[in-house]
Amino acid sequence: MTTPLLTLDTVACTRGGVVLLENVSLNLLPGEARIVQGPNGSGKTTLLRTIAGLQPPSAGKLQAEDGAIAYAAHADGLKGTLTVAENLAFWASLFGTEDIETAMSAYSLLDLRNRHAGALSAGQKRRVGLARLLVTACPVWVLDEPTVSLDAASVELFADAIRQHLGRGGAALIATHIDLGLKAQVLDVAAFRPAHRSDGAFDEAFL
Amino acid sequence: MIAVLKRDLQLAIRAGGGFGLALAFFLIVVVLIPFGVGPEREVLARIAPGALWVGALLACLLSLDRLFATDFEDGSLDLLATAPLPLEAVIYAKALAHWISTGLPLTLAAPVLGILLNLPGEAYMVLVVSLAFGTPALSVIGAFGAALTVGLKRGGLLLSILVLPLYMPTLIFGADAVGRAAAGQGATTPLMFVALITLGSLAVLPFAAAAAIRVNLR
Repeated sequence: MTTPLLTLDTVACTRGGVVLLENVSLNLLPGEARIVQGPNGSGKTTLLRTIAGLQPPSAGKLQAEDGAIAYAAHADGLKGTLTVAENLAFWASLFGTEDIETAMSAYSLLDLRNRHAGALSAGQKRRVGLARLLVTACPVWVLDEPTVSLDAASVELFADAIRQHLGRGGAALIATHIDLGLKAQVLDVAAFRPAHRSDGAFDEAFL
Repeated sequence: MIAVLKRDLQLAIRAGGGFGLALAFFLIVVVLIPFGVGPEREVLARIAPGALWVGALLACLLSLDRLFATDFEDGSLDLLATAPLPLEAVIYAKALAHWISTGLPLTLAAPVLGILLNLPGEAYMVLVVSLAFGTPALSVIGAFGAALTVGLKRGGLLLSILVLPLYMPTLIFGADAVGRAAAGQGATTPLMFVALITLGSLAVLPFAAAAAIRVNLR
């Protein structure tokens, strides 16, 4: 039996004092991808931030190996005054890896390597942001709307990168509204909405 | 940790990074003082220790609000917080980068500006030593303040109000050390106090700052 890379056991997530999701349970095995879906404001980002470790779950248990999760959010975390290669090299050394060439070629960034990130288009920046995931060499990718501002060709590059990552025994949890052509189960967060929202619990906002 | 330090220094010397900004500000403040209080040499020599220390302190404050704010705005603070490096180490590295790009140049430039204020000759050594001991505390205390205000709009103003009172002990003992040396007295005790404050801040505040950032990122 393979052990799951990421386990959620009846996890609840809170944002601004409001419980958005309850009883989220999930096992993510190596080679598996999950598409997180749900209407705006349903708690997709909150769930992903909780899994990434940026906020603690308000109930339940979350299990993942230390340093197994690479998170990519709406913002790419690029420094405009550093070049593409310098940006990626920084994340590589932070995560204790060295190879940025593979990541750059996977997202066809080799021509842009000496360009300052501030001079890139939104789609190019996003590609650098996604290339960062390859650089980190983490087994679990937690991605929040990764295809925003990507063109069709870049979305294809991204889908290929995901497929290769899954082929290497990685796993991915992706919040997206478009069809990536992946064989992946859908996790609809609308199903985990609490029965009655505790809107009156104002004190939680201060915790 | 070295990666973060290297990146922050690289960012500081690139366009808009603010390297040298603190130094220029320090220079201007110190040059303005004789215009304000008049050119009497005895008066200047009397106020030089305090003026130099207050100038250095304000210059240090200048670049603090960008310490975490830029990383917060472009999303890299989220990514740093989820990286394998503990957030405390990130804060040590960033505070060190801040010190190298502000505190260290201020320390080295202070003797030159001391001449402008007619600082007595015996005090130069103590001035450099007191700033070398004291400015790391300014960076670390500032990092704590910056961590508290990281998610706030116009957090820089609040940061100044939060941080300046915390700078007081460093200022009192730092300026006192220089003042005593200028008066020909022993300056060891106040210097020890400055070093003590710095070591205490270094030991405690990065942990407090990391906790503050974690809360602010939620």
